[in-house]
Amino acid sequence: MYGNAQIDSKDKAKSLTEGEDPIKLAEFEARIIRGEKIEPKDWMPAAYRKQLIRMIEQHAHSEIIGALPEGTWITRAPGFRRKLALMAKVQDEVGHAQLLYSAAETLGKTREDMINDLINGKSKYSNVFNYPAMTWADTAIIAWLIDAGAIINQVTNSKGSYGPYCRALERICSEESFHLKYGHDNVVFLSTGTQQQREMVQDALNRWWTPIMHFHGPPDKVSQHTEVLMRWKVKMASNDDMRYRFLDEYVPKIWDLGLTIPDPKLRKNEETGVWDYTEPDWEEFKRVINGDGPCNKERLQVRRWAEEKGAWVRRALLKAESKYTIPLA
Amino acid sequence: MSSIDPRINRLNLPENNDGKEVLDELEQWETYEVFHQKKRGDQHVHVGIVHAANPELAIIMAKEAFGRRRQTANLWVVKSSAVTATDYDDQDIFETTPEKTYREASDYYCMDRIRKYQQEHGIKDRKEDRRKKKESV
Repeated sequence: MYGNAQIDSKDKAKSLTEGEDPIKLAEFEARIIRGEKIEPKDWMPAAYRKQLIRMIEQHAHSEIIGALPEGTWITRAPGFRRKLALMAKVQDEVGHAQLLYSAAETLGKTREDMINDLINGKSKYSNVFNYPAMTWADTAIIAWLIDAGAIINQVTNSKGSYGPYCRALERICSEESFHLKYGHDNVVFLSTGTQQQREMVQDALNRWWTPIMHFHGPPDKVSQHTEVLMRWKVKMASNDDMRYRFLDEYVPKIWDLGLTIPDPKLRKNEETGVWDYTEPDWEEFKRVINGDGPCNKERLQVRRWAEEKGAWVRRALLKAESKYTIPLA
Repeated sequence: MSSIDPRINRLNLPENNDGKEVLDELEQWETYEVFHQKKRGDQHVHVGIVHAANPELAIIMAKEAFGRRRQTANLWVVKSSAVTATDYDDQDIFETTPEKTYREASDYYCMDRIRKYQQEHGIKDRKEDRRKKKESV
């Protein structure tokens, strides 16, 4: 479950290729144009490596942190089958984090460093998980619509240029299809149920609409920086493109259930084929991603607690002769 | 810290963290490369890596990560540090492989030569009748 690559506006466009060997750079770019994948031991520009580590690491953190709001509901899921399904989904998300940490690791950052950076707030994760899942219906909306947004992003990114990331994403996408169906099933069940159930799912949709619109990130500034990352197939589509694809596929399905989306401007312009909508509050997005959201502290403190309390087991198993090797692929 | 989750409230977590690094180097152990066999008779295929303190734990982690959601007959794990690999920079060492056509069955054809010899020496082509029948249909 993850949004789109966030471009760090502080990086200077020129610095992406500055100081790189022009011959190696040309070979690298030619390989990407031919549709070949880049593998861990290949030469790559420093900025390519840095951007991919940041992106894959954030993706991995999002899977781990994303398991927390949903995990809260396992003990209270209505019915045995739903408990089993939610447990399986949460376990999948944690498994996805393992696959993604491994992919990032092939680029040279250890898993210890990544987890330390997460816990100390140096690395980001998908902003939506800084919001609480207030009711059972919130978990249904998350499993359906947040996972739907993530699938759009992940399918697109699986066509990218870095081999280990693409392979991890392909595996992840095949598992996510169950999450989507499970989430949809839960939303349909509530929407076609009693008046109280309908109100519950409508309230959840109202609460989650802004985070859903935030999910793929703010509109990209047209910059040389973005252009280079697209040429390198690190970023595969603009944030707005991803958002349009999401709206195109899921707004009609939400309307099919007679639910109301809390945006009076939302409609598809039949002439241009483009969705009109009210821009979500991007100031709120910035504020929350920088730490001031309803659950930021809780998420990180819970992660810290889990690592600290598990430390003695890991240390007991450590062997003095172990030494670290970067994984192969 | 107050949460909507009573289990988290029971942990009595502090409001702010102390900013300390939680994990030491190697605390997540070494990595093992995982090879997955879908069913008996298939090849084992490399599918990814796991972190583990020893091979037995690596198998347990590999089962969770790669055998949990798909058909699996067998798993192998091997320490990443134990693998020796070729260098992608030397990929040209494989370049002549497709050129050695004398190693391909498709590079050997001699029917033209046989037919020419048969015509010259009046030897009947034993497949001629069948060929004519086929053509007339």
